[in-house]
Amino acid sequence: MKHVFVRAALAAALILPFAAQAHKMWIVPSTTVVSSDDAWVTVDAAVSNDLYYPDHFPAQLDQLVITAPDGTQVKPENPWTGKYRSAFDLPVPQKGTYRIALVNQGLFANYEVDGQKKRWRGSAADLKTAIPANAKDVKVSEMASRVETFVTQGKPGGAALKPTGKGLELVPVTQPNDLVTGEKATFQLLLDGKPAGNLKVTAIDGATRYRNAQDEMDTQTDKDGKFSFTFATPGMYWVNASTEDDKTSTKEAKQRRVAYTATLEVLPQ
Amino acid sequence: MRRMLPLALCFLAAPVAAADMNLTVEIPTLKVAEYHRPYVAVWVEREDHTVAANLAVWYDVKKASGEGTKWLKDMRQWWRRSGRDQTMPIDGVSGATRPAGQHQLRFTDGKPPLGTLAPGHYELIVEAAREVGGHETQRIAFDWPAKAPVHLSAKGTDELGQITLDLNP
Repeated sequence: MKHVFVRAALAAALILPFAAQAHKMWIVPSTTVVSSDDAWVTVDAAVSNDLYYPDHFPAQLDQLVITAPDGTQVKPENPWTGKYRSAFDLPVPQKGTYRIALVNQGLFANYEVDGQKKRWRGSAADLKTAIPANAKDVKVSEMASRVETFVTQGKPGGAALKPTGKGLELVPVTQPNDLVTGEKATFQLLLDGKPAGNLKVTAIDGATRYRNAQDEMDTQTDKDGKFSFTFATPGMYWVNASTEDDKTSTKEAKQRRVAYTATLEVLPQ
Repeated sequence: MRRMLPLALCFLAAPVAAADMNLTVEIPTLKVAEYHRPYVAVWVEREDHTVAANLAVWYDVKKASGEGTKWLKDMRQWWRRSGRDQTMPIDGVSGATRPAGQHQLRFTDGKPPLGTLAPGHYELIVEAAREVGGHETQRIAFDWPAKAPVHLSAKGTDELGQITLDLNP
């Protein structure tokens, strides 16, 4: 039961990034740039109010997809889920960019039973049995979200950066592990592999805990799905975009919510 | 006319002796509880920030199984511009970390690691990063080749001391 609740809360955090300003899902590596082939990084993942300060729910590591520069999937070392965060280690022996993602896909339902509001999250296969027959106002939506970060050994690049063609994805114009203050960084957003034009993109400097305001930076993707930020201060930035459409894969769901979040490290000049 | 002569000789002599670059890098003595020698990279950048020559990379070369390379990324400007494209150690460029003091480096036009720089405007960059310490980058702009002897300098504030660059035609 508790598990279901956590799942529902996670789902809410994922699909309502603007409505629920409070909860942000993130994945943050100890460093994004390494310079030896026996280097390791350690990674935290959680849903929290303040950025990169775990105080709410741990992220679920069963959603973890780690892609090495050669395109192969790799498993995390020492995975652990605690009260407020999940953590794991990752050796990065290959030259190039590793993509570390929490990929979430599923159905989300709101309904009412005996005047009580309920919510459920699960797979299409479980939908029929999960919702009671006497449920009223059943609203099913599909969601697809990706929360990810990048770590590079040596020169950035490689097969991990190739889009999968599912949901919202970031494609580098500027390499994600090549960001410095004062230089324009440009990326492209794809929705199901096609340019995601006219979408709002938000970037927040991760040290929100030490500021009075969120200091959100907003921009818009152009018709090619491209957007740019010039970061004034170094730090780990939380970059987010989301949209809705009706391209669902399940007939019960009329609406699909898609979200993308990246943690990008900006180094000082 | 007689006064012009030595100068003319001087110009005539120039192509014979290869142009050179004399560099002094001072690593300051720091009174800190835990001192580690800095990692230092010295390189020449073109106006578009591409690297024209890697002149020196001082890092912990003696550590077992290349463990010293782990911290090369901390010289983050150099790492981004050039380091990440290199296979360490770099022949004739990389070497062990140096103690505090003045370090003389001499480079000759046409010979590695300086090689042949096309005439133009450049920047010499010295970047230092120290374990449990700070990070500092100093830049000296210069024109190559020098038409007359040029003395240039920069002064670091934390991890680098006096840096002098003498260019000879």
